[in-house]
Amino acid sequence: MTAATGSKPLRPRDVVIQVRDIFDRHQSLTIVIGAIAVIFILPFVATLPPFNGFGKQNDWINTFADAGVFVLLASGLNVVVGLAGLLDLGYAAFFAIGAYTYAYGASSFTGLHIPFWIMLFVGAGVAATFGLLLGAPTLRLRGDYLAIVTLGFGEIVPVVILNSDQLTRGTNGITGINQPDLYGILGINSFGFQSPFLYFVTVVAIVTVAFILLYRLQDSRIGRAWVAVREDELAAASMGINTVTTKLLAFSIGATTSGLGGAFYASKLGIVSPDQFDFTVSFTVLAMVVLGGMGNTWGVAAGAFIIFEIQHQGLKTLGDFVQSLHIPTFALGPLTVDLSTFNFLNYQYLLYGLALVLMMLIRPEGLFPSRRRRRELHAEGDEVAELLSAETLEPT
Amino acid sequence: MSTAFASAEPAAAATILEASHITKSFGGLVAVHDVDFTIPAGGIVSLIGPNGAGKTTFFNIVAGLTEPTEGTIALGGVRIVARAARSWAEPFFWFAPPVVVWIIAGALFVAGQEIAATVALLVSIALLITTLLIAVIRPRWYVDLLTRAGIFRSARPHEIVALGVGRTFQNIRLFANMTTLENVLVGMHARMHATLVDAALRRRRHRTEEEESREEARKWLRYVGLRGRDDIVARNLPYGDQRRLEVARALASKPRLLLLDEPTAGMNPVETGQLTALIGRIRKELGITILLIEHDMRVVMGVSDRVTVLDHGDKIAEGTPEEVRANPKVVEAYLGTAAT
Repeated sequence: MTAATGSKPLRPRDVVIQVRDIFDRHQSLTIVIGAIAVIFILPFVATLPPFNGFGKQNDWINTFADAGVFVLLASGLNVVVGLAGLLDLGYAAFFAIGAYTYAYGASSFTGLHIPFWIMLFVGAGVAATFGLLLGAPTLRLRGDYLAIVTLGFGEIVPVVILNSDQLTRGTNGITGINQPDLYGILGINSFGFQSPFLYFVTVVAIVTVAFILLYRLQDSRIGRAWVAVREDELAAASMGINTVTTKLLAFSIGATTSGLGGAFYASKLGIVSPDQFDFTVSFTVLAMVVLGGMGNTWGVAAGAFIIFEIQHQGLKTLGDFVQSLHIPTFALGPLTVDLSTFNFLNYQYLLYGLALVLMMLIRPEGLFPSRRRRRELHAEGDEVAELLSAETLEPT
Repeated sequence: MSTAFASAEPAAAATILEASHITKSFGGLVAVHDVDFTIPAGGIVSLIGPNGAGKTTFFNIVAGLTEPTEGTIALGGVRIVARAARSWAEPFFWFAPPVVVWIIAGALFVAGQEIAATVALLVSIALLITTLLIAVIRPRWYVDLLTRAGIFRSARPHEIVALGVGRTFQNIRLFANMTTLENVLVGMHARMHATLVDAALRRRRHRTEEEESREEARKWLRYVGLRGRDDIVARNLPYGDQRRLEVARALASKPRLLLLDEPTAGMNPVETGQLTALIGRIRKELGITILLIEHDMRVVMGVSDRVTVLDHGDKIAEGTPEEVRANPKVVEAYLGTAAT
């Protein structure tokens, strides 16, 4: 790196540009290295203060594995919302379809015991098919109308699952779902419930593969077509892009990723029931995408991870912590506040709402925006800088 | 139809676009009324007329964005736009295959072959899904199949692009947050062939195509005079450059016919001169036929081989620039009748 810059002093800006350049050229390798780093570093970080105050290492790793599922969901929804600009409010439906497909293929409920590694792809495939099915008739709709239809679909799926008792056991859900299995490779048979580390490694592996594929698609003619459709659908059509197939593809790739997540989630929990897939899941994933930074895969992933951890480790432990302080009941005017019974988890959606409102006011492009989004929302400031940097970088 | 100069015209060598009896009405408003129009290959044809004369509507019909109420458009002898014919017969193609399998399933069920019947039932559902998806996606072979059965639907915009028609817009419609290079690459989309799998696996086909396309896109940027501006975001470009980028993007689809909708609108005289020269070069060096909508009469009279004048949706004159300039009807349309 230093050799390339020669005798000139190294400015931090140059380093950023060069690191970015290396990442651009060796994307897949960077993702793999990043994933390996995550596997080794995260469990270690969990044992450090202040994190060890929130839970034992195993608890942390367990939530890391669950967070991985939401990272997968968010990066899939990012294709639909962030790249292609299609507002999908029923994303949890595909999550449910993936999970139930796995439950059908590998549980004592149906008696089929198809291996985990095959069912993972079957779950993704079935979800993709449903993505196409929902997409085909509805993608002529634009903006708000599409959002309403997907919202409807997101509501229909759990309700159908809930009410077809004989096929899905309704509210009770399907239990006795097979755990992943390695068939003795590396000396591991069934993952069981005891060791969250195996699930964590597995989900990181799945996310890694998904990321490599998503990044590659984003950089291809297909990715450009998605962005073009988002920017100006009419102009995109007039430039030779088949807008119908382009949008359909975005939709079904989102659904595939979601189905993949669903299948893994079902195998980890060992139970699927309709209440795991209600609107709040769709909303949470959408909030993750928006807060993380629409259009930027790794930003969205970071957003998903942070939100999930706050929700599942932070808020829970905060409640325990406040209880342990034994704050006496006090009166706020007519209100009596008893913090010892205050359940912070109940207020998580209030927090999402607040976070979203604040975000839209202060940093509408999200925590880690894509370069393109930042341009879109902060037009004036960057312009001069970009023009200048473009000129200084390429003296022609 | 007042085609005053049609008889004076020598037999055209080859027509690239032939529009006949194009009518478009929006409710009671007739935007284009019974317009016949031909564009000879290799020429520059201009479409002029006062505001609201129906020029842009005609353009949108050619580009496939608007369906005409009446009339047909043929590109190089192939009919691309017309009123739908026998569209009621199309659902037959969607439902016939699954229904056949469904009947077989019924027969199997009656015969007591329950497992086979269930399989056939599932197959029929899968077939129905497949045929409906095909109907939505409309691949080329499906359209050909329909054409053979005498069912016709106008080509969709991206199909018309693939047939060789490129366009720019009156109010610039670039992909504002993409770089100039990306904008041109989108223009090349229809000519690139890497599939989803090629891109996901980074196959050689994808990589070489991507590299060659970038090289070619830079070539188009240089061609319109945007050398070295690859990485500038489109909306940060000066206005005149945005117009030129639109031309580059349209050229990137390798059109046979280029539709330019008021390309010099809002430009200063220097920029207008440069763009007029560019239009001339595109015709001469690339051999692309150009249909031009323009208000600036110096541009029109300077580059056009033929000029067609629309007024209130009607074609009122057609001919060489000199003939049109001398036509009293044209003068009347622009300046109004003399008070008597």
